[in-house]
Amino acid sequence: MVENRPLTSVLTHVILVLGVIAIALPIWITFVAATHDELRMNQAPLPLWPGSYLWQNLKQTLFGAGLSGSETAPVWLMLLNSLAMAMMISLGKIAISLLSAFAIVYFRFPFRMTCFWMIFITLMLPVEVRILPTFEVVANLGLLNSYWGLSIPLIASATATFMFRQVFLTVPDEMLESARIDGAGPMRFFWDILLPLSRTNIAALFVILFIFGWNQYLWPLLITTDTSMTTIVMSIKQMLEAAEQSPQWNIIMTTALLAMIPPIFVVISMQKLFVQGLTETDK
Amino acid sequence: MAEIHLTDLTKSYGPTEVLHHVEGAIKDGEFIVIVGPSGCGKSTLLRMVAGLESVTSGEIRIGDRRVNELEPSARDIAMVFQNYALYPHMSVRENMAYGLKIRKLAKAEINRRVEEAADILEIGPYLDRKPRQLSGGQRQRVAMGRAIVRDPQVFLFDEPLSNLDAKLRVQMRLEIRKLQQRLGVTSIYVTHDQVEAMTLGDRLMVLNGGYVEQFGTPIELYDRPASVFVAGFIGSPAMNFLPATTGPDGVTLPTGGTIAAPQVQLDSVLLGIRPEHLLPDEAGEITIVVDMVEQLGANSLLHGTLGGTDHAMVASVAGHVSAARGAQYRFSVAPEQLHLFDPKTQKRLDA
Amino acid sequence: MLKRVHFPTSPLPYLLVAPQLAITLVFFIWPASQAMYQSFLIEDAFGLGSEFVWFENFQMLWEDQHYLDAFLRTAVFSTLVAALSMGVALILAGFAQRVVQGAMVYRTLLIWPYAVAPVLAGALWVFMFNPTLGIFPYFLEFFDIDWNHYLNGNQAMGLVILAAAWKQVAYNFLFYLAAMQSIPKSVIEAAAIDGAGPGRRFFTIILPLVSPTTFFLLVINMVYAFFETFGIIHAVTQGGPGSSTTILVYKVFNDGFVGLDLGGSAAQSVVLMVLVIAMTVVQFRYVERKVEY
Repeated sequence: MVENRPLTSVLTHVILVLGVIAIALPIWITFVAATHDELRMNQAPLPLWPGSYLWQNLKQTLFGAGLSGSETAPVWLMLLNSLAMAMMISLGKIAISLLSAFAIVYFRFPFRMTCFWMIFITLMLPVEVRILPTFEVVANLGLLNSYWGLSIPLIASATATFMFRQVFLTVPDEMLESARIDGAGPMRFFWDILLPLSRTNIAALFVILFIFGWNQYLWPLLITTDTSMTTIVMSIKQMLEAAEQSPQWNIIMTTALLAMIPPIFVVISMQKLFVQGLTETDK
Repeated sequence: MAEIHLTDLTKSYGPTEVLHHVEGAIKDGEFIVIVGPSGCGKSTLLRMVAGLESVTSGEIRIGDRRVNELEPSARDIAMVFQNYALYPHMSVRENMAYGLKIRKLAKAEINRRVEEAADILEIGPYLDRKPRQLSGGQRQRVAMGRAIVRDPQVFLFDEPLSNLDAKLRVQMRLEIRKLQQRLGVTSIYVTHDQVEAMTLGDRLMVLNGGYVEQFGTPIELYDRPASVFVAGFIGSPAMNFLPATTGPDGVTLPTGGTIAAPQVQLDSVLLGIRPEHLLPDEAGEITIVVDMVEQLGANSLLHGTLGGTDHAMVASVAGHVSAARGAQYRFSVAPEQLHLFDPKTQKRLDA
Repeated sequence: MLKRVHFPTSPLPYLLVAPQLAITLVFFIWPASQAMYQSFLIEDAFGLGSEFVWFENFQMLWEDQHYLDAFLRTAVFSTLVAALSMGVALILAGFAQRVVQGAMVYRTLLIWPYAVAPVLAGALWVFMFNPTLGIFPYFLEFFDIDWNHYLNGNQAMGLVILAAAWKQVAYNFLFYLAAMQSIPKSVIEAAAIDGAGPGRRFFTIILPLVSPTTFFLLVINMVYAFFETFGIIHAVTQGGPGSSTTILVYKVFNDGFVGLDLGGSAAQSVVLMVLVIAMTVVQFRYVERKVEY
């Protein structure tokens, strides 16, 4: 800070703390709701301080019958589905984007620019604008209610391809020349030189894509009808509907907590990579 | 080890020809320096030998093989790059071993070669470090090491010293020369620095605008430059050039004075005189009006103009000279140290 | 900037781009062209045949008061979400960049909503504003405000805006903080020497210098509010009460999947496509070159 005025500096912290409280409040309230029993969660005003039922709620949510009166998959299975979907989407996107960026940067071939523009076009076609026909394609391919159907239509990525293109362009030309003199073919160069050099970019992108994949909602909602394929994020909506009959807020909020923890954990524990990934892909 | 033959070598990018009919025969074990200003095509020529640029027409032979169509890795060459091009994620050892690993050499053999090269270059203690943990000079050595371990027929150097500071450059220059003599590997070295070229090369190929101006030993280039360009490029400070007319007594300077010179067929010529060949002589025909003196310690450089004209002249005089601005000095020059050029073709004129 | 050297020509690059192109073709370009084609068709009442009607579907949209209302509603919704989330983020970033030690601690504490799925964000807020149990309605009662977003359309709109803005603050905060931290310290110090206090410096130096970021975030936030808030609406209000929170994306989904109006839904998709293309063009034309970090 340029000047040293105690009053302004106190004010700065007060405002920031207020901001943090406002931002964290919904998450705090979710946590608190997950630590009380059903009875307490049906009395207004609701508690603002944690109770002692967290383990019990977790146990019931994860392995018990879940929400009474609703026919949903067990929550541990939903977590597994979400994990599978998030991993397939993020790793799939990274893999195919790395390969296409490699082709575009390191080769000259007829229709190279056509390929480039076709990839670019995906930027302009979010799933929301082509819901029905895409659903039909997936249905015709028999991919409804499968991990493939959940992930493959989402793994084309213009942003990831452009990011890797940018990264590859900053690799000095002499790396390639040196590798060619050393006798490395294209794929060997890709594995031995390019991949290790892009390590942090890959990790940063993975953080962003994992969150993107984990948080998918509309797409899984459309193509999964089988309860055993439900993802954790989808289940919240079903629980909210069920809550109108039997408001077991402690269980619903424990589920919400479980759905938030993996992506939040990724963001906080890999904050540097997360920030790098965010600023690189959105430029 | 091998000879290299360049035959009628041409390189074009689209319609633009950047190298024109380059010819050259390089003997086994010779150290050749390709020198010229930036953009003269010297790096392109080197990269064509390396296989990193395609050949438009003509032929490159290494040993008894035509290599035009061969991949870089199949040409049995090694290259040291200007920015070293070390793989940043590999240790020094891995960097040196990479090419050998691809060629599927036995582990023991790879280790033997790496250790040997590390010994020669005195980089043994750094073998397990990453390139970023090394100084510029050490990286330079690693880049050389990577070339040595391959035991190639040809070394190619692409301005390998230009990223080093002046003192280190001089030291590494000597080391490269010693190393090459010790290993006896045919080498091609590209630089824009004429001092580097003169001190390193057995022979120099001077390139200008895609043409070979001259290909010869440093002394040939200094004593008998084939063109105005070579004459001006080789030697420091650069040669003085004056227009002159020829006559039976020699050549007549713009000042009107005549000095003895070899006889040539042309009426008007471009006269070249090296600054160090101007001898102080009270009776000399060449007068320099001093603008400025550079004191270099062992000698002094007199910058000025040819008396009564505006032709710039430099003279190198032994010892200390302190001349005031406007002072006049007279010089003479031995006829055999005059260089005569055709003003039109810019080529050397011989008697 | 392009590479000076390439690998020799071979079929390899085609193999490398094949997976990406195959997915793009099958799941992006083909469905999008289908949507475009269907937008020119009207199915008969029994779903047995369809008739090519040129722009009739679009004309019907244009004359459909519900659709025009949804359009306007989306504009209001997106503007408010962008303004609220960017405003809060700007203020927080402005204060956070003043903190020498601990700016990163605040950043850590402020970025997690980014990780929360929109539908979860909706669930959290709907819980806090539950008319019978929620914390906020309980406190609002002291101000004689009767909260029930299931009945009151404006309250429902307010709630989805809050939830959508809350989730996006984290993202905007990160970009603003990064932009402010990249302003050279000497510039701020020079302004201080010129006699500008902290508030004045913020408005006359910092704000203008982060304006490229503001523009960039504006586009990003509009795209977010247009397309990614589907989950929030779906969880919180399902477009209701009535259609008071039905934004365009929700309407496409609803008319297509629930109402099964293929031609109309396809025409809506095409309109959305045009909007995305416009926003992408703006983003690339004006943002790409100006935003620097």
